[in-house]
Amino acid sequence: MNEIPLHLVLFVSTTLFFTGAYGFLTRRNMITMLMAIELMLNSVNINFLAFNKYLFPGKAEGVFFTIFIITIAAAEASVAIAIIINLYRKFRTIDAENTDSLKF
Amino acid sequence: MSLSAAVFCFISLMIIVFGILTVRTSRIFRAAIYLLFTLINVAALYFCLGYEFIAAVQVVVYVGGIVVLILFSLFLTEQSGTRLPEIPYRQALVSYIACIAGFGIIYTIILASDLLPSGQEAKILTMKTIGSKMLSYGEGGYILPFEAVSILLLAALTGSISIAFKTKKNE
Repeated sequence: MNEIPLHLVLFVSTTLFFTGAYGFLTRRNMITMLMAIELMLNSVNINFLAFNKYLFPGKAEGVFFTIFIITIAAAEASVAIAIIINLYRKFRTIDAENTDSLKF
Repeated sequence: MSLSAAVFCFISLMIIVFGILTVRTSRIFRAAIYLLFTLINVAALYFCLGYEFIAAVQVVVYVGGIVVLILFSLFLTEQSGTRLPEIPYRQALVSYIACIAGFGIIYTIILASDLLPSGQEAKILTMKTIGSKMLSYGEGGYILPFEAVSILLLAALTGSISIAFKTKKNE
């Protein structure tokens, strides 16, 4: 694995990040926006592990950061989906453009 | 090109293709399935990098947890065959230009910077090391973030239950 240069791994993660950013900017459905956020979080994880592997192979900080990011992503997804389901009950839609009142 | 380089190229291609399909497809159910494939390929990339434990965590938490959660919420809120509305042309174009520009800037910075290795000896990270470092409160231990994350998870659990809880009318 060491013959692959670091900037190729970073190319993959950068592409994935901006794919997620594109999805977040263009989608209006809340669940697909959540999927775009998951893509961005994954690209960050790839970055952490690649830097840990190539630049600091004797340390383990990147691995621990990745574990905590995965944990927090799971918590975030569960809270976001609870909010989306609650919104769906009140507005009968999960389109971000139509859910526009703060207090119902 | 050696075998591991070929495998890396294949996995990277799959990640990028399925990632783009996730944000471009007009059927919401297919977007969730493409996301599933992207996450599995990211786990394979971790495996290639030599972090087997993280690859396993990725499969268990993302593929087994988050994607299933997303699929369930899709079934609760939409019909599985619904098509998303067409993206307005202007908005798609502006987002596309913004993302390409951002990608160009970031990748130019990456290519211009000399990412030099620190020259340490490579250490094989076993699951035992990860577990003991996670619970150690000495030098380089992670007990404090571990406890903070456990409180956060508890808060997220109770919070999501109380948000999604259906209140009965006329009570």
